[in-house]
Amino acid sequence: MTELLTEYLPILIFLMIAIGLAAVMVIASLIVGTQRPDSEKLSAYECGFEAFDDSRGQFDVRFYLVAILFIIFDLEVAFLFPWAISLGEVGAFGFWSMMVFLGVLTVGFIYEWNKGALEWE
Amino acid sequence: MIQALAFYLFAAVTVASGVMVISSRNPVHSVLFLILAFFNAAALFVLLGAEFLAMILIVVYVGAVAVLFLFVVMMLDINFVELRQGFARYLPIGAAIGLVLLAEIFLAVGAWTVIPVTADSSITPIPPMNEVTNTHALGALIYTHYVYLFQTAGLILLVAMIGAIVLTLRSRSDVKRQSVDEQNARRPEDVVEVVKVGRGGGV
Repeated sequence: MTELLTEYLPILIFLMIAIGLAAVMVIASLIVGTQRPDSEKLSAYECGFEAFDDSRGQFDVRFYLVAILFIIFDLEVAFLFPWAISLGEVGAFGFWSMMVFLGVLTVGFIYEWNKGALEWE
Repeated sequence: MIQALAFYLFAAVTVASGVMVISSRNPVHSVLFLILAFFNAAALFVLLGAEFLAMILIVVYVGAVAVLFLFVVMMLDINFVELRQGFARYLPIGAAIGLVLLAEIFLAVGAWTVIPVTADSSITPIPPMNEVTNTHALGALIYTHYVYLFQTAGLILLVAMIGAIVLTLRSRSDVKRQSVDEQNARRPEDVVEVVKVGRGGGV
């Protein structure tokens, strides 16, 4: 096993403990608990009423716009990470290449600000 | 040993959750299984030694793309009863599209020859993992060697931003908005009037 993966071993052990503990709790409650279901116990309980309709409500399309704008700036930040730590090697060219990239996205940012896409109304 | 076990565990969960994505009835459950598949794919990336990709997969795909999919699923007005009707009617065309896609995959994979990696065949040699971290090695390449692709990525993001705004933004005229310029341009002498009121008289 390489050195890199050794550093991730605690996470794997943690994951195993978490999965094992969750499984033990679910299975133990299945085995130990008394299971005597009937139709009244299994029916939906909503403050004494039957459920009126589906719990799903339709979302506004504006949530989609917010999410997609978030993804775009998320990706922009993802590009900034390797740039930040290797700036000493890539030199002035790498610096200006990132500045052009940021400039292009700033054009889009100004556009969406002026269009009012960032306002919720 | 542990590495192989972990690989089989994560790969099996990835494939299983991929199957659940396309077979579960509730689209919200599909998205949740997709998130599970993303997490396991990130673990597979870590096993390959691609740390940076794994973290970006979690940040971008789990943090943003999955949320976007959830919003889209919640936005659509899906009637599950209606959705299950007409299965037999759409089966032939669906099967035809599936077969075409399968044939395309076979053609693409069949024509793919892997070039053996030698010291001089790759343009930029992969640095050994214990000397240079993943993120560092990527940073040394993206911004200089692959500068055109990098700028193209920026332009694609710009197009996505503008496209999303053009498609989904509707300006509503019945909503009052704050206009800072208008507020600042208001002078007291334009809007305030001092009136002398005589005794017994009104304004």
